[in-house]
Amino acid sequence: MAYTLHHPKWHRDSKPIFWWVRNWASIAFILRELTSVAVAYFAVLLILVYRALQSGPEAWAALVSMLANPTMIAFHVFALCTLLYHSITWFNLSPKAIVIRLGRWRIPDLLIAGGNYAAWIFISAMIALAYVAS
Amino acid sequence: MPTNITLQVLRYLPEDGGEPVFQDYEVPLRADWVVLDALNHIKDHIDGTLSYRWSCRMGVCGSCGMMINGTPVLTCAAFLESFAPGPIRVEPLAHFPVVRDLVVEATDFVNKIKDVKPWIVRETEKPLSEGEFRQTPEELADFKQYTMCINCMLCYSACPVYGLEPGFTGPAALALAQRYNLDNRDQGNQERMDLLSNDEGIWSCTMVGECSEACPKGVDPAGAIQRYKLAGAADWWKSLITRKGK
Repeated sequence: MAYTLHHPKWHRDSKPIFWWVRNWASIAFILRELTSVAVAYFAVLLILVYRALQSGPEAWAALVSMLANPTMIAFHVFALCTLLYHSITWFNLSPKAIVIRLGRWRIPDLLIAGGNYAAWIFISAMIALAYVAS
Repeated sequence: MPTNITLQVLRYLPEDGGEPVFQDYEVPLRADWVVLDALNHIKDHIDGTLSYRWSCRMGVCGSCGMMINGTPVLTCAAFLESFAPGPIRVEPLAHFPVVRDLVVEATDFVNKIKDVKPWIVRETEKPLSEGEFRQTPEELADFKQYTMCINCMLCYSACPVYGLEPGFTGPAALALAQRYNLDNRDQGNQERMDLLSNDEGIWSCTMVGECSEACPKGVDPAGAIQRYKLAGAADWWKSLITRKGK
């Protein structure tokens, strides 16, 4: 092994930092990775919202007024778009990881991805309903 | 239709001590020629010093993989006409050390294949008198696609993770591990999980998916690794609940 690692005459290329700009599949992949930042951001935002709710009406009003200005709204629309890109690309990949058999029948890929989308829509609808009802 | 096409071949001659350079060769553009035929033509008629590997010239041996216009392919399956009018850039497989011209060093790959214990592991061998291990067509179908791998290493050249982190076990080796994990005659699942559930194993994969695109035999290493991750996560939860720990 050491012989392989240190052989002086073999040529080794290092990977350039922008290796991913060469084709669309790689760009799509890097975008999927980068957009995970939006997922982390919304998780932090959820914690902030929860903390403001817990601290009382003034804290809640302060948070809402901070988020209500046009720059923040534009930022959140952008963040939401990147979050959607991230979620959709991962949901589409889910059949790769999840293989379920019912007896001899393997659940088709479309149903696995569809199940993820259905769960997503259902949970979102429940939250929306709870919000409207309150 | 032009009668010739240019091949830009990356030459690396270690005895010269220099960097690799492209050399142009003009070869006949024949409808029935693949890039490998063109390389053989160069070797036989133009420049006998060109080095490259090949054997079966029919997509079975897995020796003639090279980068054609930046994409890892088997040169025996890459028709010249599909690249017309050219030029066609021919380079050694990416991410491997180059020994000479288009010949790469494969020891790292071979060691990784060996490391995943690609054979049927049994806790206890059953005596011959008990007969063969039985397997239904459905059980075979579970892993059959992973047995189609010809060790051509195209997936390693396609995988940016392997390019950036050479310690990564890599697509073919992990798919091969999964081939045995999913085999109902095998009992080495846990043994392989202990070896491969680490930062250089399944968890290095960021699911770029290029390995499955590159595979000339329709194996889906990306899918195999994601299934392996799921099994790894389940194994971790199980060890947490049963308090076995690791």
